[in-house]
Amino acid sequence: MRWLADRIVLLVGILVLVYTFVPIGYIIALSFNQPSGRSATADFESFTWRNWSTICEPDGLCESLKLSFAVSITATVLATVLGTLMAFALVRHSFRGRSASNLVIFLPMATPEVVLGASLLAMFVGVGFDSALGFTTIVIAHVLFCLSFVVVTVKARLVGMDARLEEAAMDLYANEWQTFRRVTLPMAMPGIVAAALLAFSLSFDDFIVTNFTAGQSVTFPLFVYGSKLKGFPPQLFVIGSVMFVASLLIVVGGELWRRRRTRPVLAR
Amino acid sequence: MSTQRRRGWLLLVPGMLWLALFFLFPTVQLFFTSLYDPDGSFIAGYEMGWEFGNYVSAIADTWNLFARSFLYAGIATVLCLALGYPLAYAIAFKSGRWKNVMLVLVIAPFFTSFLLRTLSWAAILSDRGPVTGFFQTLGLLPDDGRLLATPLAVIAGLTYNFLPFMTLPLYASLEKVDFRLIEAAGDLYSSPFTGFRKVTFPLSVPGVVAGTLLTFIPASGDYINAELLGTPQQYMIGNRIQAAFLTEQNYPLAASLSVILMAIVLVMVIGYVRRAGTEELV
Amino acid sequence: MSPADRDLRLDGLTKRFGEFVAVDDLTITVPQGSFFALLGPSGCGKTTTLRMVAGLEEPTGGQVFIGDDEITALRPYKRPVNTVFQSYALFPHLTIADNVGFGPRRRGVKDHPAKTRAMLELVQLEHYADRKPGQLSGGQQQRVALARALINEPGVLLLDEPLGALDLKLRRQMQIELKRIQTEIDVTFVHVTHDQEEAMTMADTIAVMNHGLIEQMGPPAVLYENPETTFVANFLGQSNLILTDVISSSAAAVVVDCHGQKLEIDPSRCHTDTGRGWLGVRPEKISLRPTGEQIRDGANRLTGGRVSDVSFVGVSTQYLVAMPWGQELMVFEQNTGQQAQLRNGQEVDLIWSPEHAFLLDASQDAKAGVTTPEDEA
Repeated sequence: MRWLADRIVLLVGILVLVYTFVPIGYIIALSFNQPSGRSATADFESFTWRNWSTICEPDGLCESLKLSFAVSITATVLATVLGTLMAFALVRHSFRGRSASNLVIFLPMATPEVVLGASLLAMFVGVGFDSALGFTTIVIAHVLFCLSFVVVTVKARLVGMDARLEEAAMDLYANEWQTFRRVTLPMAMPGIVAAALLAFSLSFDDFIVTNFTAGQSVTFPLFVYGSKLKGFPPQLFVIGSVMFVASLLIVVGGELWRRRRTRPVLAR
Repeated sequence: MSTQRRRGWLLLVPGMLWLALFFLFPTVQLFFTSLYDPDGSFIAGYEMGWEFGNYVSAIADTWNLFARSFLYAGIATVLCLALGYPLAYAIAFKSGRWKNVMLVLVIAPFFTSFLLRTLSWAAILSDRGPVTGFFQTLGLLPDDGRLLATPLAVIAGLTYNFLPFMTLPLYASLEKVDFRLIEAAGDLYSSPFTGFRKVTFPLSVPGVVAGTLLTFIPASGDYINAELLGTPQQYMIGNRIQAAFLTEQNYPLAASLSVILMAIVLVMVIGYVRRAGTEELV
Repeated sequence: MSPADRDLRLDGLTKRFGEFVAVDDLTITVPQGSFFALLGPSGCGKTTTLRMVAGLEEPTGGQVFIGDDEITALRPYKRPVNTVFQSYALFPHLTIADNVGFGPRRRGVKDHPAKTRAMLELVQLEHYADRKPGQLSGGQQQRVALARALINEPGVLLLDEPLGALDLKLRRQMQIELKRIQTEIDVTFVHVTHDQEEAMTMADTIAVMNHGLIEQMGPPAVLYENPETTFVANFLGQSNLILTDVISSSAAAVVVDCHGQKLEIDPSRCHTDTGRGWLGVRPEKISLRPTGEQIRDGANRLTGGRVSDVSFVGVSTQYLVAMPWGQELMVFEQNTGQQAQLRNGQEVDLIWSPEHAFLLDASQDAKAGVTTPEDEA
């Protein structure tokens, strides 16, 4: 009984985790499903590898993936650079208007995506951009909502960094640029990488804001949404499974690599 | 201005410019759009009419949608808290070597497409699916009852999709709690629950508040869950705004609804900031 | 180039943070090749002074010279000065070898791998060259920090309480080690610490700092035996300070009235000669005798005391003696075995030589510099 009470919180936690994986299980399972009709349904009809070998068969699927990658990589680079600069400003420098800055950076995270997307669309239309909606406008929107998340992530890393290290570097004949390059940046890198990964996944998966600002262009989430009318090709679930496994591999791989590099030495 | 300050501004400006140009400015523009004369149209253009009456008619038409949205989002937030808190607590204090692995596992499901996940739930909760069958067998559902296309499904979907937004801030604030405080509480209070109630939970309140803000607000504006898991009977304010913008192209109406939603968001955030300042926000 | 050409000289060095004056018009010369300690309680301005010499803090006023070169406005990476930081500040993402070789690499020294290896051998860490700082113990990290600084052959090495994080035994070892290294390589060491025993053990010259000012500067023995202020008297070791009136002053002795009893003090140890003064005498310089016993000529005797506490500490016995005017004086008697231990309540005389007492200005605070147990933490 005591054993249970001690561990009840952990058990509940694990149950919650399992709960979050249930739809993933379905997605992976459904990727092997041969639907009887055009559209993938919830019923498991027959097992097949065919979906995996004909990923680009549905019209526009692979084009939407290409666009998603292009958009997300661009947006990630921009958001990470801008957000990292801001994080440095907030952590390492004191200036007036700090409170207001914090608020302005926080608001996009808390604003419902409908409002973000709607206001951007209204603006683009208002300045006459409505025929030019596409790659550029999608990237602009994505950078917008990724920016805040990048700032939060990088800031968390910077706050934990000892400022004395930079002083030590300068004491050891490194000028400001060398200090940044050889001490500050390498140490902040895990946070920057984490921020970039976060920005990429937020951007790649985004639907609502993209729906407002994409015009005629179709990213992968838009393709999925659009399939509702035409019927869901089972290849969608293949892509979903691939996305899951790939990201899992990246994160787990990164963690293993990190552990390898800082392997503690046995005490003498 | 000292070099330190000047450099600080220089680093801040590019990002701030982006936010100002693509967030602040459009939001303000949205406000003006909401005041356009509704008699115009997207094609013909709108006249600025300072039509504050747009707001009145908007609210009269949709107050039930707002109410429903906040209700669904509220329930979902409470559920997220109920599910996310034990999870965050387990990771922060009970996971030992597996802490990082568990953190990854919290976010991992959200590496797949949000739409696909929600569609997956539609499959799981469908009439011929196992869950519905299970509840019917238990007698909790009549034989022709449905789980899908009900408020329950929509709320379940919202809860599922916004769970990490609650769990991660909770974890961040619980992680900062010194475990020795909890041990000391165990030493002083007769039951672990009292110790939790009097020591741990109060210390985790910043995380609870942050998680609530980051869950409730986006959830109330969501429309995908309602659309994929529900019927027009469950539609939320987000569905209405999307329809108004993209289908009807009734910009003044759409804008006024957005502004109202945004205003409510601002009120909640400023209420929080008044109490706790802005340093914990970002 | 003669040694005096590379003396470290601070001239009117001042640092203000708004209204607060952290360092107040400091003027010191640290001779080249000496081991100099800057000693004082936390918040006295010693670390700030060090940082101004390193270039990590901009002075509000005054100048810093090395020899004839003014370095006040120079950036840290342009000064021939290196620092060993309190928390070591080792770069966690670099190996030990890369940490130690950091300075030479930045300066473009050609054979820096060889120099790095030699330096690591000097501090006996050559087998750890490829480890990361996180994998080393505190003592090992401290040696890396030292190696990383010394490899650059600085004119002045600054040490900011480098031994604070080490346990007692290791600290003692490192004190001896540092002193040995310093004598071997003939670099000026400026060591900042709040530990007076550490300063006295290692330094050739100590400057005692308090509230941004130097209270007294000189060799450890001089500071200890002949303090010029109550702060120094209390901060280094312990002192009994008794309020007395000066009766007369001559070349032979200064005579004071101590609550009715006359006592003599060597004039060279008096820092005031009129009015009132704090008569100071260290507990270990006093002997206790039962009242009325014969004493040798010329010694000072203070009578009327009553033992109020006896603590046996092994090497010595520490007594508290209550005097008729209400003050309790501390006496440390070494347990030589030649005298029986005195009992609580016994009436005693306090005996000491005139050359062991000192006289300080009465306007100073008798509590200045007294360290309580909390301060020691």
